[in-house]
Amino acid sequence: MERYYQPEIECASREQILAWQNERLVKQVQHVWDNVPYYRKKMEAKGLTPADIKGVDDLHKLPFLSKADLREAYPYGLVGMPLKDCVRIQSTSGTTGKRVVAFYTQHDIDLWEDCCARAIVAAGGTNEDVCQVSYGYGLFTGGPGLNGGSHKVGCLTIPTSSGNTERQIMFIRDLNATILCCTPSYAAYIGETMRDMGLTPDQIPLKAGIFGAEAWSEEMRQDIQNTLGIKAYDIYGLTELSGPGVSFECSAQSGMHINEDHFIAEIIDPDTGEVLPEGSQGELVFTSITKEAFPLLRYRTRDICSLSREKCPCGRTHVKMVKPKGRTDDMLIIRGVNVFPSQIETVLLNYGYPANYQIIVDRVKSTDTLDVHVEMTPEMFTDNLGEVSRRQDELVDGLRSMLGLAAKVTLVAPKSIVRSEGKAVRVIDRRKI
Amino acid sequence: MSLKQISVFLENKPGTLHAMTTALAQNGVDMRALSLAETKDFGIVRLIVDNVYDATTVLKDAGFIHSLTPVLGVMIPDEPGGLNQVLQVLNEAAVNVEYMYAFLGGADADHAYMIFRVQDGEAATAALTAHGIRLVDQDEVAGL
Ligand SMILES: [Zn+2]
Repeated sequence: MERYYQPEIECASREQILAWQNERLVKQVQHVWDNVPYYRKKMEAKGLTPADIKGVDDLHKLPFLSKADLREAYPYGLVGMPLKDCVRIQSTSGTTGKRVVAFYTQHDIDLWEDCCARAIVAAGGTNEDVCQVSYGYGLFTGGPGLNGGSHKVGCLTIPTSSGNTERQIMFIRDLNATILCCTPSYAAYIGETMRDMGLTPDQIPLKAGIFGAEAWSEEMRQDIQNTLGIKAYDIYGLTELSGPGVSFECSAQSGMHINEDHFIAEIIDPDTGEVLPEGSQGELVFTSITKEAFPLLRYRTRDICSLSREKCPCGRTHVKMVKPKGRTDDMLIIRGVNVFPSQIETVLLNYGYPANYQIIVDRVKSTDTLDVHVEMTPEMFTDNLGEVSRRQDELVDGLRSMLGLAAKVTLVAPKSIVRSEGKAVRVIDRRKI
Repeated sequence: MSLKQISVFLENKPGTLHAMTTALAQNGVDMRALSLAETKDFGIVRLIVDNVYDATTVLKDAGFIHSLTPVLGVMIPDEPGGLNQVLQVLNEAAVNVEYMYAFLGGADADHAYMIFRVQDGEAATAALTAHGIRLVDQDEVAGL
């Protein structure tokens, strides 16, 4: 039977959800107008006052916020509460330029932890479970978010943080951890290490995993589920909006329910900023309607995905977002073609190679080159040179048909690609542009 | 009667072959024959050793991917036309040779040794034996 952490919210009627959104949006716009001069100026530039926003239907009138705004307003420019009322910051390493620093009141943390608790219960968690949080603790939101959610559910929480894989495995086995929370690449690494130790899935007490903070493919999910003998659930979030738990997967494992009582989602055309009709693929934009300390309106995530309001068998009524193909930040443009690392991962797993890979982009004589480093596995190795070359060619063909682009495949020694304990380094771009 | 050849995957990077031979040497594994096949991207090293179990354990611990392949160790009369005679027998028996390489030698001055990888090991063994050509087994290799 499906269980919910807050059934009256998670299974509320559409009308109820919309009523909450209308009411909270109006209130939030007033709060921002009164307390965030940076955004008020943006509204004024468009000739808007809070009176123009009467509900969700007026949302499209509001100006966007982007990563560039966060940089410009760093560190306090978007804070909506006096600092004496803020109790925490979390921060994320910007791949470009300044770090993002987000602020929280105690109330913000409380709601964020509720969102994470919803995700844990959706993955089957109860107070009988032992939940190991192997996300990094500290400035990164992964550890603190899931830790708080796990407490709310009442799980026995093991705050291992990331790293020291042998110790991770020791705790999983000795304390019978049933739920694992970490990045998908670290989950894959833990699984690989356990397999090398000769452990079979039935000797691993884990039953579920909640994995997020990086884009991962459906094939990688299957891989992790098979090695660890678990069900692997996706979780999504951004530090700018709170952290993990903005949306999460349910037992249907087909898209993540967005916590619509806290966030309003829109899909826009990334080039024109126009709101796209329901079901279209485009850039995901979030409006935070309950956050006090860091109330972002129409924040552009740069994640490319689509939304679906199709009825979900789990009984939750909140809109679902498909797994993002990747962030527009992760997207590589190679010889004018858009390439997401997750597409390459899909091809590798389809051809029986491990999901541990590295993409090296370079520019030789003003032409971009794409070199995919893949680790050789005992299963893929044979004494026959021609056969190994044939498999290599097969992979090159597979990549060409997926990406529409010629890539080189380099087979490298096992374990020669550095394993990550947090987010994996998938791309090395040597182009000097 | 076949020998167990160890085939090892080598990344095409300077020093990988040396890293492998160092690992074997440090653990007292003695190589009797070695051949390297490579493309521009990667290589396969083929080895005949005195102790297959020890060698594969060492390779596994050092992180080298390998597989075992049955091959024939053939004693070739050390006289003009010796190799030609062996190939002729195999040819007449319609046995296809995938690759072959020389053995590092032994105490027997009258014979040379060669390793043959053939498609049909049983047919090759039968044909060679019928023509009085001797094959060596794993124990003999260890003692050579
Ligand atoms: Zn659902």
